[in-house]
Order: sequence, then structure tokens, then C-alpha cells
Amino acid sequence: MLLTGKARKFSQEDDINTDYIISGRYKFKIQDPQELATHVMEDLDPNFFQRRQDGDFLVAGRNFGCGSSREQAPQAIKYAKINAVMAKSFARIFYRNAFNIGLPLIECDTDQIRENDELSVDLAKGVVANITQNKNLAIKPLPQVMLTLLADGGLVEHIRKHQGFALEEKSNIKNQISK
Amino acid sequence: MGQTIIEKIFSRHVGKKVSANEIVLAKIDFCLGQDGTSGIVIDSFKKMGAEKVFNPRQMAVIIDHSSPSPNEGVSRIHKKIRDFSLEQKINFYDIGQGVCHQIVPERGYVVPGDLVIGADSHTCTYGALNIAATGMGSTDVAACAATGQNWFKVPATIKFICQGKLPLGVYSKDLILYLIGQIGADGATYLSCEYTGQAIDALSIESRFTIANMAIEMGAKFGIMNGDQKTLAWVKKHSSRKFKFVQADQDAVYSKALEFNISQLTPQIAKPHQVDNVCPLSEVAGTPIAQGYIGTCTNGRLEDFAEAGKILRGRKIKKGVRLIIAPASNWILKEAMKKGYINILLEAGATLVTPGCGPCVGTHNGVPADGENVISTANRNFKGRMGNINAFIYLGSPATVAAAVIEGKIADPRKYLK
Repeated sequence: MLLTGKARKFSQEDDINTDYIISGRYKFKIQDPQELATHVMEDLDPNFFQRRQDGDFLVAGRNFGCGSSREQAPQAIKYAKINAVMAKSFARIFYRNAFNIGLPLIECDTDQIRENDELSVDLAKGVVANITQNKNLAIKPLPQVMLTLLADGGLVEHIRKHQGFALEEKSNIKNQISK
Repeated sequence: MGQTIIEKIFSRHVGKKVSANEIVLAKIDFCLGQDGTSGIVIDSFKKMGAEKVFNPRQMAVIIDHSSPSPNEGVSRIHKKIRDFSLEQKINFYDIGQGVCHQIVPERGYVVPGDLVIGADSHTCTYGALNIAATGMGSTDVAACAATGQNWFKVPATIKFICQGKLPLGVYSKDLILYLIGQIGADGATYLSCEYTGQAIDALSIESRFTIANMAIEMGAKFGIMNGDQKTLAWVKKHSSRKFKFVQADQDAVYSKALEFNISQLTPQIAKPHQVDNVCPLSEVAGTPIAQGYIGTCTNGRLEDFAEAGKILRGRKIKKGVRLIIAPASNWILKEAMKKGYINILLEAGATLVTPGCGPCVGTHNGVPADGENVISTANRNFKGRMGNINAFIYLGSPATVAAAVIEGKIADPRKYLK
């Protein structure tokens, strides 16, 4: 899958928490992810939804997605039609949530990316190209579990398709959905 | 090769010996959700094609984050959660019962050695009881509700060895803020924290909850402690389930071991807008404060109100300053009333709100105005956290909050305790 789009950066690079991605003011009362998406990144950058374009990449520093476990955070990003998030590192609950709902995350040296740079990402090959700067970036390969979840279209589809977990073969536990 | 507490708990739940960095599918003893996350748990559960929760006794849903509902959007979500919980016959706690992380251990659902996941990042709180508990997203909890399991990467462990004795007026909240300041907001990402040492052993279970609760603020997956006589007594009082403590082997392998002597520790403050932006209280003493808040899954327990009461007894909150208090559960509220703590705080001018999360997540119960400083016993001070991006949140112990609302500025609580 080849994704292309422009880089969107923020005034704060590190420790962008899930409260900034989608505020508690909205996530507790709005159930429609499309409507939530209009408030994405609002507390950090009030005009973000207006300045973003379909297919953009969010580009950040360390520990992106720290804080609350709210799944509305990656949902709001996905429904704002962002292709993927690139960061130097991700917080763990956010990391799982993003792959569970089918939002790709890419770990790479984001100092090599400037606002508005044109980027292309080949997830299968593990290549990020900065077209504007004419250079390729090394990315941390995705664990097999994450690739399986992305290939299935997220955790919901994975469980539905396999009627339980099918992430590793050598399990001593019987896994089956409860009917 | 020896095992850490977490490696042992996973081995028990996977059915074979496992070690750090392995990816495993594990049986889960208990899962939970709250009103901010359970709506999506229900949606995902249904979309997965599941019909029944794997075992209704092993799941709880608690309405605590915006309770009672402040608006019709929240009411719709509450109704959806209520209907699903009653239909599935899972453990359900409606408005006013308390914060999920007080309810779940208090009602005895979880015991030492368990593996627990919750659709709330502070699920790590139960680590204080020698439980492997961690926060996950709604769809992960839905997958557990549907199958009784989930996948995990077994984490490596950082060992915190806390030696010495906390001085008077310095609490477990000050200790955990200090540790977060030392290690940073991502200092323990993907790791389990084992908190050990005589300073931890000396703490009450309630004080230990405060420390385990904030493991996530350094990015950790688990924050766990050994079990001892205090744990045994506490769990037996709250649960009839059988259990066995899980101890690390002498030759367990740690990614890091950090030793601290805390005998000279002073009150600590996390400054806006990051939890790891920690300094000694003395550096920010005198900062004006408009609102204080004592409550949450971090510090809304009995001894928190007792400590605040020691300082506020016979004193008044400064005119123009508010103090909001939210007991972490209905049971704590009743106990705090019996012991007279609530009365002391009300006499001082505090405002009592419903047991639950209170104003912590910014949906109701005390949203600050533009430019106001709040001092809170909560676990997060992110910009906008309490509902206004133009307010500033400082975090400290209940005693520190009590001293601040008397003076209308950040003040050292120790002078009121001599």
C-alpha cells in the first residue's frame, strides 16, 4: 500500500497527549467519529482541522499519544482523513489502539521532515520517502502482530474473521468468541 | 533464569513459562470499562459478532467520568451503557457509586496474581495489590469481553528501590511525582515498574494505590508491588476470592534498577502542562490559586481526606478561593462522614460533589476560568484537562492542596502539621 501526502507538524513536538488529540470536552458527549474529527488536535492547534488536507501525515517527536486510553484519539485522526502518524516514538496504549482501528503508525527520525514536505510511504516495504527533500528515511519495522491486524482491517475485523484471536500459532489456550 | 513478578503472572495466564519481549495470548481474569470508553466497547463487541460476554462476573462497567450526566450527549451514552450492562448481566455501577479504580478493588473483584485489563489508562492502580493490571483501548476490552483473552508483549521491568522513610507532611503522592520527574513522561514506556524497598513497605495500601496509579504517567504498562501482611489484610477484608502472592525471583532480570533514598524528600509539585514537569514545592510557593480539588483515583481515599482534614480543621478556605472534594466511592464518602472528615472540610468551606471522577476530566463539577490556576490531587495536568485550555493545573498531595486553599497560593503544608 503506497500512501502519499503532506507533513503536518505542531508547535509542540514531544509528548502530544490524547487529551490534545481529542479533548474530554468532546469525547464524552459525541459518538459520531466524523463529528469528533472536526475537533482533532484542537487544544494544541485550534485551526488544525481547517488547515489539514485529505491524505496528510501527522508528524511529531517522542511519546506521541501519551495519557488517556481513549480510542477516540486515533479514531478522530483517522476520520480526519490523515494517512498515518509519524513520530520518533509512541505511547503504548495509543499504539495498540491505532492498529486496532486500522490507523498506521510509523516510527522514524522525524527531525528529517519539515512542515509541508511531500512524503510517500510504502508500508509493506517499510520505506518512507521525503520527496521534497529527495531522501529516504529508515523506519522501524512493524511487528508481525501489527501487520496482521492492519491486513485484516483492524482488531474488530480480525476477531470476526477468525472467530477469536489468530495472532500466533503456538498458544496453549483455546481461543473462541463467546456466543 | 529467574523471573520478575510480571513474567510470573504472564506465565500463569499463558500456561507456559514466558519471559520479557515474548508476544503471548493470555487469559484475563477481569476487564472493565467506564462511561468515556464503554460506548465503543459495546460497538466493537457487537461488530465482532459476539453475543455474550465471556463471563459476566468477570466484567464491570462503571459510570464515573461524567456522573450524573451534565448534558444530553452524555445521557445517550450512559443509557447505551446501562442497557447493555443490564442485558449482559455484567457487574454494573451507575452514577454516584465511585471511580472505577476504587470500585473494582473495593468490591473484591480483583486479587493478587490476577491479570486485568481496563478501558481506562489508570487501570494500573491495582498493581498496588500485586496485580498485573493495565489500561487498553475500548476495542481491546471488547475483544476480551468476547473471548476472555487478549495478546500482550510481556514487558521488561524497571525496579525502583525506595529506601528511607517519608518525612512528616510528605506523602506517597510526593514520592511518585518525584519519581516521574526523575524518569520522564516516557521513561518507562512499554515497561513494567516494580516498586520495592522499605519506603514502599511502610506505606498503607491506600498510599500504595497512589503510586501504582501514576505508573502510566511515565509510560509504563504495569506498576506493581509485592504483597505483604497489609495487602493480605486489605484484600481479605474486600474479597472472598482465593489468591497467592507472586514474588520476583532473587535472580530475576531487570532492564534497570534505580535506587532512591527518600528520607530528605520535600513536598513536590507537577507544574503545567506536563506531569513530568516536577519541582520541589518551594520553587513555586506563592503562586496564586483559584481552585483546589481533592479526589480522583489517585487521591480520593479515606486517608487523603483525613490528611486534608488535619490541616483544614478549625480553619477557613480563603475568600475568593474554591475547594472541591469528590470521594473516590460512595463507601469512602460514608466512612469519611462517620469519621468526621467530611464535616471538617465542609466547615472549612469545601464543596462536596458526587463520588466519581469529579472535575478531573473537564466535563463538569468545576471547570476553571481563563487564566486561573488550579491545584489538584489528580494525576494529569495537561492543557485543557479540566475543561479550559486557558487554565493552569498544578498537581500535589491532598495536604498541599489543603494548605493552598487556606492561603490562596501554593504553600508548604508542613507548617500546619507541626
